[in-house]
Formats: sequence, structure tokens, C-alpha cells
Amino acid sequence: MSLDRSDVEKIAHLARMALDEAQVNLYVQELSHILTLMEQLKAADTDDIEPMSHPLHMTQRLRSDEITEVNCREENQAIAPQVENGLYLVPQVIE
Amino acid sequence: MHKKSIIELGAGLRAGDFSSVELTHHFIQRIERMNGDINAIITTTPEQALAEAQAADQMIQAGQAGPLSGIPIVQKDIFCTRGVKTSCGSRMLDNFISPYDATVVEKLKGAGMVSLGKANMDEFAMGSSNETSFYGPVRNPWDKSRVPGGSSGGSAAAVAARMAVAATGTDTGGSIRQPAALCGITGLKPTYGRVSRFGMIAFASSLDQAGPMAQSAEDVALLLQAMAGFDAKDSTSANQPVPDYSATLNDSLEGLKIGLPKEYFGEGLDASVATSIKTAIDVYKSLGAELVEVSLPNSHLAVPTYYVVAPAECSSNLSRFDGVRFGYRCEQPKDLEDLYKRSRGEGFGAEVKRRIMIGTYALSAGYYDAYYLKAQKTRHLISDDFKQAFEKVDVIMGPTAPATAFGLGEKMDDPVTMYLNDIYTIAANLAGLPGLSHPVAPVNGLPVGLQLIGNYFAEAKLLNLTHRFQQETQWHRLMPEEMA
Repeated sequence: MSLDRSDVEKIAHLARMALDEAQVNLYVQELSHILTLMEQLKAADTDDIEPMSHPLHMTQRLRSDEITEVNCREENQAIAPQVENGLYLVPQVIE
Repeated sequence: MHKKSIIELGAGLRAGDFSSVELTHHFIQRIERMNGDINAIITTTPEQALAEAQAADQMIQAGQAGPLSGIPIVQKDIFCTRGVKTSCGSRMLDNFISPYDATVVEKLKGAGMVSLGKANMDEFAMGSSNETSFYGPVRNPWDKSRVPGGSSGGSAAAVAARMAVAATGTDTGGSIRQPAALCGITGLKPTYGRVSRFGMIAFASSLDQAGPMAQSAEDVALLLQAMAGFDAKDSTSANQPVPDYSATLNDSLEGLKIGLPKEYFGEGLDASVATSIKTAIDVYKSLGAELVEVSLPNSHLAVPTYYVVAPAECSSNLSRFDGVRFGYRCEQPKDLEDLYKRSRGEGFGAEVKRRIMIGTYALSAGYYDAYYLKAQKTRHLISDDFKQAFEKVDVIMGPTAPATAFGLGEKMDDPVTMYLNDIYTIAANLAGLPGLSHPVAPVNGLPVGLQLIGNYFAEAKLLNLTHRFQQETQWHRLMPEEMA
């Protein structure tokens, strides 16, 4: 299995990552190589095998719906790239 | 003072031979003198360290000291530290000052430990050589032209060079054990869920586990005691009692069954490393343990399984880094999509991007069943291998890494060759089992690590075995001559 340029560009878009020309070329090579490694799984017989998503087979713990978080807005916004009046700023989304 | 273990230093502190402030000064000076070459520590906090040392001295004088009070440690830079930069080795978080402490950090502070600073690491813990860090590679104190291993390479190198008495690490596919092996120290990856992941920046959530790194099993036992335990803030934290890890260190090994997986001694293992490992296993035999050959027939599936599961989980975890609320933001974004794409494209390094790409692909429409679901099934096969082996034996042993430390830059051009470094360590993460690496006889002056894998929550057994071994041998006491 190998990937071409358009595959790499599509994956980069899904991951929302800008890649330059050199990186696209590099990843076309490298990702194909890594996919070959991943393809080794195909040979394994996994009929009747349950997928394992958690090593201890634990179920999700529930807690009562109470507020436990304290308000850290100022501390959190102090490290934000751009804030104004307590809001996080991003480029205009709606014209 | 830097040659002493936690146990020895703790006794000295409580006897009044020296104070924690003196001890802390000593290590701060060592870091100033030696870190330039090694690059193990990327943020130092000397003022905070001295304040913590002063507080520890007061506790010691008041007779309220615990075994870790006043002992200097470095935290892997993956753990959030309140008011201190927490970069995770990435440009993405180069400007991130954490607003809170990780549970591990809080617990070790609570035990009176003195934090000297933050240890270098592979970017977002993705790497086996500590060469993917935004802050440059760490050099192995045993040979500065070689890598220290990764991803907890800064932690391992700091302890090996005696710039700290202990360090925290994290292990997703071998990131505590492999650098511990390559740097000649003792490192433990506990059972999945044993130590809280709260405030530990996530890489692959079903595999990540934090653990201690130090000179000996005795020291690691004290550190694990402070780190382990249930934490309501981590939804995967195990609600299991924490035993007294120091109490069983001296238990007899008479009749204990050690399983040697034939798959861990085959092709790909360096011959000199194999000899060193076998010599060490004979020490265990002389201590009364019985050696049994076992088989982990699906071992060959561990690396490919890992390189589906870990990137898939990483691509999901790292989607939070979007340039909006914290971390790196690109200059002059023209719209929101441009902001996301360039912030991530510029903020992440090559290896992190590579893994995000792999994971995104494996989870994308039409490929989920072929890769992620398939890997979850092969993960089950790997886990079942261990289950069967532990019906016959008490512990499994083998090499931690296939060879001694390799040269800087040697494997950077070939990701797949780099991934094969973790061939013996990855399976324990996939199964969620505890694993420990301790030093054995070096090869050509370079450290070699023996790996012990235990059953779930059998950390005390691994520490018991290692301690008995370290009572008989001196390899864990070796340190690089230049660092003496």
C-alpha cells in the first residue's frame, strides 16, 4: 500500500495541518513505509477476537453531577494568544 | 553528595549531616556546570527549589520528615507545573505556563521533594532517542556522541549524570524503560492506571503511564509509594489499594519462576547485549529463582499494533492544540482555517506531524476497520499471550532494548528503524502490565538494561526482584567517570 501526493494532502487537511512542499514530498515516502509496517497486521487471524480498547477492561466511572471546578478564567486567559473582554479572539468567522 | 541514593541522602538529612538547602545548592551547581553539554534539563527553577528545600529543612528539624523530604528531583516536562513553563518538548507549548499542577507533581511536592526543574524529552513523548525535542537533543552522559534513549531521555540523563537524585518519566511504548537502559539507571513503568495521568499531557491515553526513575529499586520503591494511588481527577485511575513497596524488597526469591520468552532472545538482539542479559539472569538463578522458557507467540505483532493504536490516539488527543486558547499561534491568520492549519503546521515538529498524519489516516472514513479495529484485536492477542504466560511463571525477563545507545542522528532518517528500538517494551504497554528496567553488565562501556515484566499490580514483586539483584551486584552503582 502506498500513498500519493493527493492522499497526503487530504490527510493533512483532515488533521488541519499546513505542510510545505518539502514536507508533502517527505511524507509521501515515509507514510507509505510506515503503512507497510501497519499492513503486517492483516496476516493475523483475529476472527472471534474482541477488540481491546482498555488494558484493564474497566468501565467508565460515573460521578454525581456537581460543580467541582473552580473559576480559573483569569489564569487561563493570561496564557491565551489573544483575548478581549474575557473572550478568546479568532479571525472573523461570519461576514 | 551526588553519588548517594535517596535512602542514603534521607538518612544524612535526618541525622543533620547536611541540610536540604546545602544538598539543593550542590545539585544546582552541578546542573550549571554539566547541563550545557548534556541538555537534560530545559527549565531550571533554582529559587523555587531553594524555597522548597528551606521548607523541607523545617519539616526535618521538626521531626516531621518523610523518606523523600528535601530530596532533589527533576520533572519530565510533560507534567504540568503551576507557574512554571511546561513545554512537552514542543514549540507548540513553548509559551505555556501551566495554571495547575499535575497530580504526580502535587504528590511529590506533598512528600517534601525539591523540584530542580523540568527535563528535556522527545516532543510530546514521541521518539526513542530524545532527538525530536524542540530544545535540541539530549546527549548520553556515558558517551556524548550517543543518544540517551527516549522519550524520557532528559530524565534518564539527569539521573545518570547525577544532576538530580531522581526523575519522573512517562512510558507509552518504552519511554521510561528504554532510556533507563541506555543511561544505566533503574526505571519503572507501573500498571496502567496505577499512577494518575491528571496533568500529564496526553499522547496515547490507553497506553500512557507515569513512573519513577532513579539509581536503585530501593529508591524507586519510595518514589512509587508517593506517586501511586487512586485519583478521582483521572477517569482511568485504578481504584486499587497501594501496598507498602519497601516492606517486601528483601523477600526471598526461592522457588520464584522467571519466564524467558524465546521471542525476546532471537534475531535482532545484539550478541553482546544477549550475553550480558544472560549473565544477569544467572544471578537471579543463584538467588533461588527457577528459569522457565515461555512463548509470547504474537510478539511480532506488537510494533505494528502500537503504530496504529498510538498514532490514532495521538491524532485525537493533539487536536486540542489549535492556536485558540493557549499555546502557539501563527502570525497574521487570514481566517479560522488558516489559523488552525498554520498554528499546527508551524507549532508541531516532524515526528509529531508524522504520527498525527498516520493516526488521522487510520481513523478516517473507510479505513477504521482495517487499521484501528484490527489493531485493537491484535492488541487482545498480545495481551492474552501474557495472560497465558503468567499462568506458568511469576515474572517475565528479557532485554529492555535490542542494543546499547546508538549515535546521535544515526536513525533519524528512517522512522521505522527507530520504531524497532521499542520492540521489547511496547507489548507491556499494549497489555497494560508493569515493566521495569535495571542496569546489568555494560558492553564496551555502555549501559545495558534488563527488563522485568510483571502481572497486573505486581510492582512490589518487580522491585523485590531488582532489589535482591542489586544487593548482589554493583552495576547500578556505576556512573560515567567524567560525571564523578
